Amino acid sequence: MNEIWVLVTGSLVGITCGLTGVFLILRKMAMIADAISHTVLFGIVMAFIVTQTLNGVWMMIGAGIAGILTAYLVQVLQSNGLQEDASIGVVFTTLFAAGVLLITLFAGNVHLDVEHVLMGEIAFVPWNTWTFVGITMPKAVWMLLFVLLLNILFLVVFYKELKISTFDPVFAMSLGLPLVFLHYAFMTLVSFTTVAAFDSVGAVLVVAMLIVPASTGYLLSKSIKVMLISSMAVGIMSAIGGYYFAKLFDTSIAGMMATTAGLIFMLVFLFRPYEGLLVKKRKLTNIHEIVVK
Amino acid sequence: MLSGNLLWVLVGASLLGIASGLNGAFAFLQKQSLVGDAAAHSALPGIAIAFLIFQQKDLPLLMLGAIITATLSVYLIQGIINRSKLKSDAAIGIVLSVFFGIGIVLLTIVNQSSSGNQSGLNDFIFGKAATMARSDLVWLSGSVTLIITTCLVFYKEWKLMIFDATFAKGIGLPVERLRLLLTAMTVLTIVTGIQAVGVILMSAMLIIPAATARMWSDKLNIMIIMSALFGAFSGACGTLISSLKTGLSTGPIIVLTASSLFLVSYFFSPKQGLLVKIRQRRQLEKQALEQEVQGS
Repeated sequence: MNEIWVLVTGSLVGITCGLTGVFLILRKMAMIADAISHTVLFGIVMAFIVTQTLNGVWMMIGAGIAGILTAYLVQVLQSNGLQEDASIGVVFTTLFAAGVLLITLFAGNVHLDVEHVLMGEIAFVPWNTWTFVGITMPKAVWMLLFVLLLNILFLVVFYKELKISTFDPVFAMSLGLPLVFLHYAFMTLVSFTTVAAFDSVGAVLVVAMLIVPASTGYLLSKSIKVMLISSMAVGIMSAIGGYYFAKLFDTSIAGMMATTAGLIFMLVFLFRPYEGLLVKKRKLTNIHEIVVK
Repeated sequence: MLSGNLLWVLVGASLLGIASGLNGAFAFLQKQSLVGDAAAHSALPGIAIAFLIFQQKDLPLLMLGAIITATLSVYLIQGIINRSKLKSDAAIGIVLSVFFGIGIVLLTIVNQSSSGNQSGLNDFIFGKAATMARSDLVWLSGSVTLIITTCLVFYKEWKLMIFDATFAKGIGLPVERLRLLLTAMTVLTIVTGIQAVGVILMSAMLIIPAATARMWSDKLNIMIIMSALFGAFSGACGTLISSLKTGLSTGPIIVLTASSLFLVSYFFSPKQGLLVKIRQRRQLEKQALEQEVQGS
């Protein structure tokens, strides 16, 4: 039974991150997601210091604020002339350092140790349950389901707007779409996704689940719908594959999930349908045959 | 007050600050700041592999492993960008997170093996500046000297490469090899610093002093010197502050010192500072208004 819950949690992480990741890749914001996954730590620690509890709701609020703050600060530095990569670098390393310092100062002996935050421990997920409307499920599953629902809701409501503003921001602006609102709403969702996943796979490896499956989907597809589906599929495959690999080698499950995602990406990169090595080789031989004839 | 150990840490942190400040300035201008971040994360699996192969915690051996995987990561990022439609941000993100994942997998295996229990490899993630000893300093100062010398020797070539790569190629400079050398130096800086400030905060030392220096000067030579000075100051100041009270870990304090410098520069620097820019904008508005009044 426990194994099933771990697999369910992993797959939910794969689906949620896969969904959010697609728009991160398309909007060229992969590194902002990396930054947010680091600064979420700061938000969680602040939430703990203010409320003195490890309540999921407060953590979510703290992380949401930290995520928006990150996106906002990066934007401010950039609009004042600092190049993008440096803006991201300055903001996230600073907030991360502040987070680590605050943990060692104020929260050293609670469950909030830095390593747990960074690497997560999905194996402990089944023991921390929560009952709601008569159903008892692990807390992490509840949280992931909630965030997944939020993500789907956001996508269903703003799908068209998100698509236009991603592919043609100028056109979107001329239509009068609320670009700023969309940007920050999306950043908030990314932070929520990070927090929900952080308990199981850890803040740093969330980045792997956000970026790698979506990039794989990007290589595999030419339309956004196919990309969404393949991204989620790769996310689930990485989660389940990672779990069994980790069991086989008796090592970190979260680390193995990221490794598996990387493995799948590598295979797709080499053998992808449109421009992979195999296709290029076949094209070459085709040309060769034509020339010979 | 300056006990022996603190002195070593102080010297080490300042040296490291100089090296990362120098190198970070070049990486910053090449828009490679986040590549450094990825390389820092990618050093982790190398350290773990080196430990698994040699079964000992000899610093040079671990560093060799770190150098190999960090260099590999930079290559892979370039490869992904060149051979697919993925952009640089996605490529950096993929390599960074997957290498870090592999690193954690290997680290867990190391920690479970009998000899790895006391290996202290976990220190590489967050750094242990406070335990820097005299023996570490020999290694540190050696590589820092190498980094500084290389920066001085290749200053002119790198300058040309950064600001006009086409012209540099035109007059016959081996631009690709120069770029490789810069990457190699960045990797060396990262690998040197990892032990002190850790994988994650190492990238801060590469990025923040350079970004701070950029606020103060438009000239490359001045920017580089300032970047090195800011790095050294953050290292020394951070070490001193963290020695005031137990619980103030050195790595984060060093980074926060660097960030405070950045923040001050961001607002008050005479050229790029926010205050100056606001004043300029006000003056422009005033002028425009006066002209409008005169015109009507």
